[in-house]
Amino acid sequence: MVVFDKPNGLTDAPFHYCPGCTHGIIHRLVAEALDELGVTDKTVGVAPVGCSVFAYNYFNCDMIQAAHGRAPAVATGVKRGEPDCIVFTYQGDGDLAAIGTAETVHAAARNENITVIFVNNAIYGMTGGQMAPTSLPNQVTQTSPYGRDVTVVGYPVKVCEMLSQIDGATYLERVAVNDVKNIRNAKKAIKKAFKYQMEGKGFSLVEVLSTCPTNWGKTPKESLKWLEENMKPYYPLGVYKDKFANEEAK
Amino acid sequence: MAKVTFREDRCKGCGLCETACPKNIIKLSKERINQKGYHPAEVVDQDACIGCAFCATICPDLAIKVEK
Amino acid sequence: MAEKVLMKGNEALAEAAIMAGCKHYVGYPITPQTEIAAYMSKRMPKIDGLFLQAESEIAAINMVIGVSSSGHRAMTSSSSPGISLKSEGISYLAGCELPALIVNVQRGGPGLGGIQPSQSDYFQATKGGGHGDYKLIVLAPASVQEMVDLTFKGFDLADKYRMQTMILTDGTIGQMMEPVSLEKGILNEYDKSWATNGTRGKRERNIINSLSLDAQELEQWNINRFEKYKVIEENEVMYEEFMMDDAEICIVAFGISSRVSKNAIMEARKQGIKVGMIRPITLWPFPKKALLKAADKVKAFISVELSMGQMIEDVELAIKCKKPVLLCNRTGGVIMTPDEVLEKIKEADKIGGND
Repeated sequence: MVVFDKPNGLTDAPFHYCPGCTHGIIHRLVAEALDELGVTDKTVGVAPVGCSVFAYNYFNCDMIQAAHGRAPAVATGVKRGEPDCIVFTYQGDGDLAAIGTAETVHAAARNENITVIFVNNAIYGMTGGQMAPTSLPNQVTQTSPYGRDVTVVGYPVKVCEMLSQIDGATYLERVAVNDVKNIRNAKKAIKKAFKYQMEGKGFSLVEVLSTCPTNWGKTPKESLKWLEENMKPYYPLGVYKDKFANEEAK
Repeated sequence: MAKVTFREDRCKGCGLCETACPKNIIKLSKERINQKGYHPAEVVDQDACIGCAFCATICPDLAIKVEK
Repeated sequence: MAEKVLMKGNEALAEAAIMAGCKHYVGYPITPQTEIAAYMSKRMPKIDGLFLQAESEIAAINMVIGVSSSGHRAMTSSSSPGISLKSEGISYLAGCELPALIVNVQRGGPGLGGIQPSQSDYFQATKGGGHGDYKLIVLAPASVQEMVDLTFKGFDLADKYRMQTMILTDGTIGQMMEPVSLEKGILNEYDKSWATNGTRGKRERNIINSLSLDAQELEQWNINRFEKYKVIEENEVMYEEFMMDDAEICIVAFGISSRVSKNAIMEARKQGIKVGMIRPITLWPFPKKALLKAADKVKAFISVELSMGQMIEDVELAIKCKKPVLLCNRTGGVIMTPDEVLEKIKEADKIGGND
């Protein structure tokens, strides 16, 4: 009996990501969730700009490649055009929390019935390791070579915390993919987000703490540890909002 | 009996599977190099595998298939 | 012919869009186009359509991308500064070959400019506006009736060619009221099997994308798109000739400027000056052949436009600089008077004969 294999929700194209980059895990979790819910064939995904710009090569469903930060607006258009479709965006931290902040906040405010997969690895990967809106204080990046100086460039944006103040948002959870237990929790959160969309419950965002070994200048194994020791304390895991938590508990 | 199969051509030798294996039976090959130029992961003691699929769960490149 | 009703240009355009089957409008308030959004907000809920006020023009155009990707007729409208914001999305629409109707009710610029009528977004509309190799079909209505007719036409061309149509109008045409016949125009159905609306297990997945890191491939995409543009240039040019049969001077003007020019032409004719007009209705594709043909007959051209002189460059190119081209212009929101055009006609009339 096969206990584990590639989900049908992914194509067979090998990922272009660097060794140890956890994008691949998150891709798989999304595809597994869609497959298990039986909706892959009516799903439309929206790819961002950044490392996951080529996500359209991997998800085995209809895909749109959006401009930097605009994925939630594009997803809104698709969902309003075809409400029967399951629509998700897959966005990194630069895309979602810097250039696309307005689109993110307002999609949440409208309680747009879409699912946002937000991959936070605290750095711009595709352009070669620049400071992200989520880079940690004192984090060294290509554009903060002396460490992120919060007196000059300000503080990281905590997306789940910020969106939790928005009445419209339905479900916000932060998860991580740095060990098997966290990966399993991440899967549950992603699946719940899609399930909520199927039930017409509105906007959900799952923030996934992810690694970037190449631009962090660490080995893949060290990166798992760095996430655990540095990112998790600043970005605590957990459910930040769930309008239907009681219902789910029953 | 559990069986782990690696699609070696997809392996990037990141070693995340090593960190996840509760039986410590996955190692990166020291001798072999795959098409991509990486030392691929391999199971050194198939008989000890319990088929937990932790390795496959953390593999970012869908390189692992697990059967039981 | 449907009974005529008195309507504002912006509202007539909005109603025409609904009649043309557009059930998805996304916009953002900006003077002097806001009537379109306001009208849509009233009408769309009644036809089970979508009116959505976006958080910005940038979001609005990206929602248009989404709606169009899902296979539906999509539309947005704005005025000059808002079109600058939309330009990013317009470039993506072009790169992805998604049909859409974009309305620009122009006002004076640059910057925040003013709120009075202008035609100074001519370059932006006809030469691109956003980044990359692309064109928009640009339609220039000169009456409230044409706001209606060209909206039908605009949607049809967009779907037919998977193109982006811009209706380039101005504060005057948008705001003024005229009797208009709200008659259904072209309503062709086009294949949209490229849409991303779920495979439903019936087809291969569709991908809507403007990215290629393979330079040769991206070049080929651009070449293919320009092949399509050639077909459009061949088949879709629209213009009106006014009193051109015996004309010795040819005015070139579109939109509100063409209406001012018509008054000036009538007055000049009374004074014995043989002047006519070629009014481009499509600014892209520009009526190059008609102008070149006219260049053999007339002694001079006058480009009448509400800008520092933008269309004049296309006039000169079209006639291959065979004849002098004078500029009659006001800008910043000021509209030229018929007398100012008449003065320019008289100046042109002093230019030597046609030999």
